[in-house]
Amino acid sequence: MRFPLNFVIGSIMIIFVLTAAVVSLFWTPHSHSELNISMKFAEPSMLYWLGTDQLGRDVVSQLMVAAQNSVQVALLAVFFGGAIGTFLGLTASAIGGVVEDIIMRLADLGFAFPALLFAIMLAASLGPSLNNAIIAIAFINIPIFARVSRGSANQIWQREYVAASKASGLTKFKISIDHILPNIMAPIIVQATIEFAVAILAEAALSYLGLGAQPPQPSWGRMLSEAQTLMYLAPELAIYPGICIIIAVIGFGLLGDGLRDITDPRLQGDR
Amino acid sequence: MRRLVNFLVTLFAVSIIVFAAMNVLPGDPALTILGLDATEDALEALRQRLGLNEPLTKRYFLWIGNALTGNFGISHSFSVPVSDLIIERLPLTVSLAISGMTCTVILAFVLGVFAAANHKRYGDWGVMVISQLGIALPAFWLSILLVLLFAVKLRWLPPGGFPGWENPTDAIRSLILPTLALSLVQSAVLARVTRSSMLEVMRQDYIRTARASGFQRSRILWRHTLPNALIPIVTIIGMQFAALVTGTIVIENVFYLPGLGKLIFQSISNRDLPTVQALVMLFAAIVIIANFIVDITYSVIDPRLKDRA
Repeated sequence: MRFPLNFVIGSIMIIFVLTAAVVSLFWTPHSHSELNISMKFAEPSMLYWLGTDQLGRDVVSQLMVAAQNSVQVALLAVFFGGAIGTFLGLTASAIGGVVEDIIMRLADLGFAFPALLFAIMLAASLGPSLNNAIIAIAFINIPIFARVSRGSANQIWQREYVAASKASGLTKFKISIDHILPNIMAPIIVQATIEFAVAILAEAALSYLGLGAQPPQPSWGRMLSEAQTLMYLAPELAIYPGICIIIAVIGFGLLGDGLRDITDPRLQGDR
Repeated sequence: MRRLVNFLVTLFAVSIIVFAAMNVLPGDPALTILGLDATEDALEALRQRLGLNEPLTKRYFLWIGNALTGNFGISHSFSVPVSDLIIERLPLTVSLAISGMTCTVILAFVLGVFAAANHKRYGDWGVMVISQLGIALPAFWLSILLVLLFAVKLRWLPPGGFPGWENPTDAIRSLILPTLALSLVQSAVLARVTRSSMLEVMRQDYIRTARASGFQRSRILWRHTLPNALIPIVTIIGMQFAALVTGTIVIENVFYLPGLGKLIFQSISNRDLPTVQALVMLFAAIVIIANFIVDITYSVIDPRLKDRA
C-alpha cells in the first residue's frame, strides 16, 4: 500500500516533535530551568545548540520540555473533549427525538461560544493555570466530536446488521458500544488528529497570553511572550518557539488529512 | 422567525453561562477581590455593597436587566462605571476590527481569484502553500515576526502602543501592523474558500459561453465568476468576523493597544470580575449576533434555504 504524501510528511514532523517530547522526560542537553547569568544570550555553539536566553538557560532544553508540555495538554484536552463529545453524539444518535434535539442544541451553543472567551472566564474566576487551559480546550472539543460522532452514527444505524441486532433484542446501549462505536472510529480518529493541531495552537496562544502554563514551566507560547520583550536584544529567541509550533500544527494537520485520505478515499483531494 | 427564537435562546443561555462562571465558580467574589488576609468585617461589608447576599437568581436578573439598559455595574479596580470604560476603549477595537475585515476581504479576493485563474499552475500552487502556512501560523507569532521585520529591523513602523487619535497619522501608522496580523491569517482561510468557489462556478456552461464569445479574461473573472461564487464566501466572511472580533483580544495584547481586549486582561489581573463579566458577555454577544446575521443573509441570498432550520 502506498501512503499519501501528506500522511508521510505529517508523520515525519510529528515523530520529530514526539521524540523531542519523550526524550525530554529523561534527558535534555542542559537543565531547562538552571540559571547561568554569566552565559546569558550565548551564541549557538556545540555546548548550547541554539544559544541561551536572557537568564542563561539553554534554549534547546526549554524547547524540548515545552514540546512535552504541548503534547500533554493536547492529549488530555482532545481525549477528554473527544470522549465526552463522542459519548453525547452516540447517545443523541441512539435515543433520538427530544434528547437528540437537546444535545445538538447544546452543541450549537458550544460552537457559539469562542474558546478564548471561555478560557478568559475560567482564568478570571479560578485563576490562570495550565489545568484551566486544558479544561477550556477540552470544552471546545465536546461539540465538535458530538457532531462528528452523531453524524457518522446516524448513518450506521441505517445499516442492515444494526437492524438485525435490534431484531435480536440487543439494547440500544449495547448496539452503540458493539456496532456503532467501532464503525465510527475512523472519522473520530481523523477528527482527533486535526483537533490535536488546534489544541497545540490554542495552548500556545493561551500560554502566550498568560492564561496557560505559568512560570517556570516552559511552554512555546510563554517563551514567545518572554522573547517579545527582548526583541531588540535577541530577536532569534522569538523565532525558535514559533517554528516549533508551526512544525507541530502543520504536522498534525497533514497527518489528519492523510488519515482521512486513507480511511475514506472518496474524499481524496476534496477540499 | 425560528431563527430569531434560536438566536434569543442562545443569547439567553450564554448569559447564564457567563453569569454562572463568574459568580458561582469562584466561590466568594468578596474573598477573591480582597484576598485571603481580609478581615471578616471587611468581607461582609463588601458582600453587602456588591449585593452578594441576595439569592443568585435575583442577582442574575438584576445584572441582565441592567446590562440591557447599558449599565454593567461599577469596575472594582477603576471605580468608574464599566460602561464608561467600554465606551472609552471601543473606538480602537472597532477600527481594528473594521480595518482587519476590509483588509482580509481584499487580500482573500485577490489571492483567491488569482489562484483560480491559474488553476493547476505555479500561481495556484503558490497561493495554496502560502494559505496552508497562514492557517497554521499562530496570529500572535505572526505579529511578533511582523514587529521583528518592520519595527526592529527596518524601523518603518512602531513596534506597539497607541498614541491616541489626536495625531491621526501616528494613530494609523500604529494600526498598520495589527491590521496586517489580524487579516493575513483570516485571509488565508478566505482565499481558499474563494478559490474553490470560483473553480466551481468556472465549470458552468455560461462561463464557457462568455469565454467563447471573446470576453476579456479579467472581465469574465471579476464580473461573471466572482459574483456568482459569493454565496459560500459570504457565509465564511460572517463566521470570520466572529473569529476576527475575538482575534482583536489577542492582537491588542501583542501590540499593547488600549482597546477592549487589553481591558479584559487588565481586569483579569486586577480581579475585576464585573468588568470581565461585562466584556466576555459583550464579545460573546457580538459573535452570536454575527452568526445570526450570517444565518439570515444566507437565506436571503439563497431563498431555497429559507424553510430549512
